[in-house]
Amino acid sequence: MGRPMWHLANQSDERAQDRGKTARRLIGELRPYKRTMLVVLLLVVVSSVMQAIGPWLVGLAIDQHIMRGDLPGLARTMILLFFVYVVGSLATRAQSRRIGFAGQEILASFRSRIFERFQHLPLRYFDSRPAGDLISRVVNDVDTINQLLSQGLTQLLGAMFSLVVILATMLVLNLRLALVSFTIIPVMLLTTSFFSARARRAFRRTRETVSNVTANLQEEIVGVRQAQAFNRTEENIARFRERNAANRDANIQAVGITSAFWPTIDVLSTLATAIVIGYGGYLVFHDELTVGLLAAFLIYVQQFFRPIQLVSQVYTQIQSSMAGAERIYSILDEEPEPPDPPGTPTLSSVRGQVRFDHVTFEYKPGQTVLHDVSFTIEPGQTVALVGHTGAGKTTIANLIPRFYDVAEGAVLVDGHDVRSVTRPSLRKWIALVLQEPFLFGGTVADNIAYGREGATREEVEAAARAVNAHDFISKLPEGYDTNIGERGATLSQGQRQLISFARAVLADPRILILDEATANIDTRTELLIQRALGTLLEGRASLVIAHRLSTVRNADLILVMQNGRIVERGSHHELMERGGLYADLYNRQFRDAPARRRSPSTEAAPNPS
Amino acid sequence: MARRDTGQRSPEQQRLPPGGTRALWRAVGYLRSYRLATGGALVSLVLMSVANLAAPMLIRVAIDDGIGRRQLVAILAAVIGLVVVAVFRGSFAFLQSYLAERASQGVAYDLRNALFGRIQRLSFSYYDQVETGQLLTRLTNDVEQIRQFTGRGIIQMIAAVVMLAGSVGLLLYLNWRLALVSMLIIPPIFVALMYFVRRVGPMFREIQQSLSHLNTILQEDIQGVRVIRSFVREDYEMRRYSEQNEDLLEKNKTVIGMFSNNFPLVFFFANLGTLLVVWYGGYEITQRTLTIGELVAFNSYLAFLLQPVFTLGFLASSISRAGACSVRVFEIIDAPLEIHDRPGARELPAITGRVEFEDVHFRYPGSEREILRGVSFVAEPGQTVAILGSIGSGKSSLVNLIPRFYDVTGGRVLVDGHDVRDVTLASLRRQIGIVLPDALLFSGTVRDNIRYGRLDATQEEIEAAARAAQAEEFILKLPEGYDTVVGERGVGLSGGQRQRIAIARALLIDPRLLILDDSMSAVDAHTEALLQEALDKLMRSARHTAFVIAQRISTVRNADLILIIDDGQVAASGTHEELLETSELYNEIYNSQLLPDDARIAAGDGV
Ligand SMILES: Nc1ncnc2c1ncn2[C@@H]1O[C@H](COP(=O)(O)OP(=O)(O)OP(=O)(O)O)[C@@H](O)[C@H]1O
Ligand SMILES: Nc1ncnc2c1ncn2[C@@H]1O[C@H](COP(=O)(O)OP(=O)(O)OP(=O)(O)O)[C@@H](O)[C@H]1O
Ligand SMILES: [Mg+2]
Repeated sequence: MGRPMWHLANQSDERAQDRGKTARRLIGELRPYKRTMLVVLLLVVVSSVMQAIGPWLVGLAIDQHIMRGDLPGLARTMILLFFVYVVGSLATRAQSRRIGFAGQEILASFRSRIFERFQHLPLRYFDSRPAGDLISRVVNDVDTINQLLSQGLTQLLGAMFSLVVILATMLVLNLRLALVSFTIIPVMLLTTSFFSARARRAFRRTRETVSNVTANLQEEIVGVRQAQAFNRTEENIARFRERNAANRDANIQAVGITSAFWPTIDVLSTLATAIVIGYGGYLVFHDELTVGLLAAFLIYVQQFFRPIQLVSQVYTQIQSSMAGAERIYSILDEEPEPPDPPGTPTLSSVRGQVRFDHVTFEYKPGQTVLHDVSFTIEPGQTVALVGHTGAGKTTIANLIPRFYDVAEGAVLVDGHDVRSVTRPSLRKWIALVLQEPFLFGGTVADNIAYGREGATREEVEAAARAVNAHDFISKLPEGYDTNIGERGATLSQGQRQLISFARAVLADPRILILDEATANIDTRTELLIQRALGTLLEGRASLVIAHRLSTVRNADLILVMQNGRIVERGSHHELMERGGLYADLYNRQFRDAPARRRSPSTEAAPNPS
Repeated sequence: MARRDTGQRSPEQQRLPPGGTRALWRAVGYLRSYRLATGGALVSLVLMSVANLAAPMLIRVAIDDGIGRRQLVAILAAVIGLVVVAVFRGSFAFLQSYLAERASQGVAYDLRNALFGRIQRLSFSYYDQVETGQLLTRLTNDVEQIRQFTGRGIIQMIAAVVMLAGSVGLLLYLNWRLALVSMLIIPPIFVALMYFVRRVGPMFREIQQSLSHLNTILQEDIQGVRVIRSFVREDYEMRRYSEQNEDLLEKNKTVIGMFSNNFPLVFFFANLGTLLVVWYGGYEITQRTLTIGELVAFNSYLAFLLQPVFTLGFLASSISRAGACSVRVFEIIDAPLEIHDRPGARELPAITGRVEFEDVHFRYPGSEREILRGVSFVAEPGQTVAILGSIGSGKSSLVNLIPRFYDVTGGRVLVDGHDVRDVTLASLRRQIGIVLPDALLFSGTVRDNIRYGRLDATQEEIEAAARAAQAEEFILKLPEGYDTVVGERGVGLSGGQRQRIAIARALLIDPRLLILDDSMSAVDAHTEALLQEALDKLMRSARHTAFVIAQRISTVRNADLILIIDDGQVAASGTHEELLETSELYNEIYNSQLLPDDARIAAGDGV
C-alpha cells in the first residue's frame, strides 16, 4: 500500500528477465523424477495415440463398414475401439497418478526446504521481515505451484502431445486439407501474444493486491487484544475491507482479460472448422475426399484447438506459479548463516569462562551499539549487567551464543573465539532466558523439556522445582500435562517466565544468561529461586541482566552500561562507594524510599530529585 | 504433533456437526448479494450452450445437404452460420466467465470481511485457545477454495444439470433409440461419482487440518527462532515439521490416488457412449432407419451429453472440498462472542474514574479454578492504585475486568457507578488506556505505533505522549526519528524502549483511567522515576485514576492505595506506611527487595 508505482514497475522489469531462469529452475525440480517423467511421457503418448485412434476408427467404421452394411466388420472395429478406450483410460490413470505423486513430492520438498532454510538463516534476516510475509510465502506461493503441478502440468503435457499427434495425423490423412486448416495458426499466435501481454500486467497487479491482503494478517490476528483494548477493531476492519476490495477488483479485471481470450480462440477455431468444411466439401465434390474422412477431420480440427484453449486457461496458472516460484527461490537463495567450515573444531567441554575482548558491534552498518566492550566472567562467577534501557545489555547476551557476529574484537568462551567452533557445540553449553519469554503451544512439560532432548519427567519436575514453578504447575487443571495455548496464552506473565527459566535450568548449561528473567516475578519468589539456584549453578558462569537491583546486588561483578559502553564495574559495595551511575540508580530504587513517603499528602507527589 | 491435537481441535469440532453440505449451502447463499452477476453468468452459460448445440446441427446441414447433395449454397450457409454461432457463443462465454468471476470474488470478499470482522471482535478468551495458523489458513486457503466453488462450481453445476436435461431431451427428439442406448452409460458414471465424493470429502477435511497444523508450526518457529537456536533444537523442529509435512503429503497422495482412479473411469464410460452409438447407429443405418449425417450429428450431440457429466464429475471433488472448507470458515464466523454489548446497553458518559469492585469472583471460561475469590475495593477518582502480589495471584486478571476483556462470574465491576456490563464496550474502552504486558508493537513507523488508538492525533500530541512516556529521547536518536520503521513486534528496539512506546500509546488517548500491567519491568530505575513523575503530573493532577501492577516497591510505594493480592483475594490494602505497619506480607515483600543493612533501616523506620 502506498508504495510508489515506479518501484513496482522497476521490480517487474527485473523480474521479466529472471522469468526464464525461474522457469528453468522450476523444470529442474523435475530432475529427480526423470524416470517417472519418462514413463509419464510414454503414457501420455499412449493415451494421446489412443485418443487419436478413436475418431479414426469411428471414421473407418462409417466408411468401411456402415456404408457397406458390413455388420461383422463393424463389430470387429467396435471391439477394437473398446480396447483402445480401455488402454487409453488405463494409461491416463497411470500417468495422472505418477505425475500427481511427483508433484506432491516436489511441493513437500519445497516446503521442507524453505523450512530448513529458515532454520539456518541468520537472525538478522528475521529482524527485518514480518513473520506474516514469510508465512504467506510458504503457504500461498507453494499453493500456486501446487495448482500448476497438480493440474496444469499434466494438462499441459497431455495437450502438447495431443497437439503433435493430431497434427501429424491430420497431415497424413490429407495434406492439403490439413495445410489449409493450419492457415489460422498465425492469426492465433498474434492474438495470443496480444492478450498475454495484457494478462501479465493484470495478474502482476493481483499479486500485489493479494499480498497486501495477506501480509499483515498474521500481525493483525496476533494483535487483536491490542486492537480491542484501543478500540481499533472498526478501523482495522475498514482498512481490511479496503485492501480486500482492491484485491477483488484487480482479480475481476484480470479475469476480464483472460475471459475475452478464450472466446477469441474459440471463434478462430470455429473459423478453422468452417474452412475445413468449406474446403473439405469442395474436395468431396471432386471425389478427393470421402465423407467419413471429412467427419474424422472435423473431429480432429476440434481436438486440435482444445489443447490450445487449455493452454490459454493454464496460462494464468503458469503466470502466478512463476511469480510464486520466484518468491520461493528468493528465500532459498538467501545467504544462510555462514556455515561452520568443515573441520571446525567442536567445543567438547567447557569450564564456563566468557570473555569479551574489545568488542564492537552494530546491528546495521554505521549504527554502533557496543563500543569496545571488555570483561570476563570466570567459571562459577555471576556477573550482572545493569544500565539504562537501550544501553546494549541484551545485545551483549546475544553475542555469547553467536546470534550475531561481532564487528571488531572477539567473544571467547574458555579462550576459544566463538567463531572458531561449531555453533551447535557452542550453544549446547549455553542457556538463555530471553527478555520476552517465548513458549510453544503444547503442554507445560513439553515446554520445559524443550531445554534438553530426551529429558525425563523427573528431570522436568526437578527443573520446575528449582525455579519454584512446581507449586503453580501442580495447581493447573492437568498439572504438567496442561495445554498452555499459543505462546502460553493461558498462563500469567510470571508463570511464563518461570517456565522459560525452568527450560534453561533443565538444559544444564555451563553458561547461563538471564535477560530480565525475573522481571515479571515477584521478589519473594525471586528470593526463593535465588536460593535454589545458588547450589544448582555452582561452578557455572552466569550473566544476569536486571533492572531490579535487588536481583543483582549479590553478583560477583556488576557492569554498569551506558550507551553501549561499560562505564563502571565492581561489586555492589565498591560501586555504592564510588557514588556514580549505579549508586544513583540504586538510591532511586531504595534509599529514598522511607524519606519520600514522609509527606502525608496523597495529592502532591514530592519531586524525587 | 500429538501435543497440539489434544486441547484445541475438539471443542471447535464438537460445536458443529460435520455438516459439510449445510455449510456449503450457506456459503452458496452468499451469492444472493450478487444475484445479477450470478444470474447473468448462468443465463450466459445456458445461451452459450444453446449456441453450442447449434453448431453440430449446422455441421449436419453441411454434410448431409451440402456435401451429400452437392449443394454449394448449403455448405456456404452452414459455414457462415458456424462463424456467426461462434461469435454469439464467444460473447456469452466471455460474459459467463467475467460475471462468474465478479460473483465469486464478491463472495470471497464478503466471506473474508465476515471472517476478519469476527476475528477482530472475538473475545480474549477465544484467543487464549486458538492458533493463529488456523485462523490464517481459513482466511486465505479455505476462502479461496470456497470462492472457486461458488464462482465457477455452482454456476457450472446448474448449467451442467440444465445442459444434461436439454441434451437428453434433444437426443431423445433426434433419435430416441440412439438416445436410450447412449444413456446406458449414465448410471455407472453416477455410481462412480457418488462413491468418489463420499470418500474424498473427509479426506479434504483432513488435508485442510493438516495444512493448518503445518502452518502453525511454521509460524511458531519463525517467532521462536531465538529459542530454537539457543537450545540447538533445529533438528528437532525440522523433524517435527517433516512429520507433519509427510502427513500432508500422504493425505494429498491419497486424494490424488482417488482422483486418478475416478476420472479415467468416468472418461472410459463416457467413451463407451460413442462406441454404443456408432455400433448401434451403424446397425440402424444398414437397416436404413438412419442417415450417416444423422449419425455424425448425433455423435456430436453426444458430446453435449457427456460434457455436463464430466463437469459434474470434476465438481464432485470441489463440492467435497468446498464443503470441508465452509465448515471451517463458519466455525469462526459462528464462534460465540463471549463479550458483547448487551441489548439496550447505554453509552458510558465521560467518567471521573471511580472504580469499584464488589465481591468480584472470576473464573476463566472453560476453567474450573476460581482465579478471583471475592475481591472488593474502591478506587477514587485521581487515585493511583498499585497492585502487588506473587506470580499467578490474579493481578492481571483483576485489571482485565475493568475494560471488560472478560466478564466476572460473580459480583460486579463498577466504573463511576455503572456496571461495566451495562454500557457499550466502545464507550467504556475509549476512556481506558491499558498497556498490556507484552507491549506488542506493529510493523510500521514509531509514529503509527503511538497513534494506534487515536488516528487523528497531531504531531504535537504524539510528541507530548512520547515525552511523558520518556520515549522521546531515544526516538529522536533513531535514524529517522518518529518515521523510523520498526519491525514486527518492535524488532530493532530494546525491551524497555518497546514498553515506553506502548505507554505512550496508552497516554495518547488521554485516558480517564490508565492501567499499567507490569509495564515498567524492563525500564531502569532512573527512567522509571522520571516516568512516574510524568504520570503523576498527567494522572493525579488531572484527577485521573491509574492502576499500576508492579513487582518493585519503588514503583508502588508512592501510590494512594496498594492492594496486595494473594491467591485471588485482597490480602491487605492501604498506603505504603499503613501496610508497613499492618501487613506482614507487605513487609516480607519489602524486605525481599532490600539488602540486609537496608532492611534494618526500613524496619526501624516502619515501627
Ligand atoms: N535487532 C536489532 N536491530 C537493530 N537495532 C537493534 C536491534 N536490537 C536492538 N537494537 C538497538 O540496539 C540498542 C541496544 O539494545 P538492547 O536490546 O541491547 O538494549 P538493552 O540494554 O537490553 O535495553 P533494555 O533494558 O530496554 O532491554 C538499542 O538502541 C536498540 O534500539
Ligand atoms: N487466559 C487464561 N485462561 C485460563 N487461566 C488463566 C488465563 N490467564 C491466566 N490464567 C491463570 O490465572 C491465574 C492468575 O493469572 P494472572 O495473569 O491474573 O496473574 P498475575 O497475578 O497477573 O501474575 P503475574 O504477576 O505472573 O503476571 C494464573 O494461575 C493463570 O494460570
Ligand atoms: Mg534488553
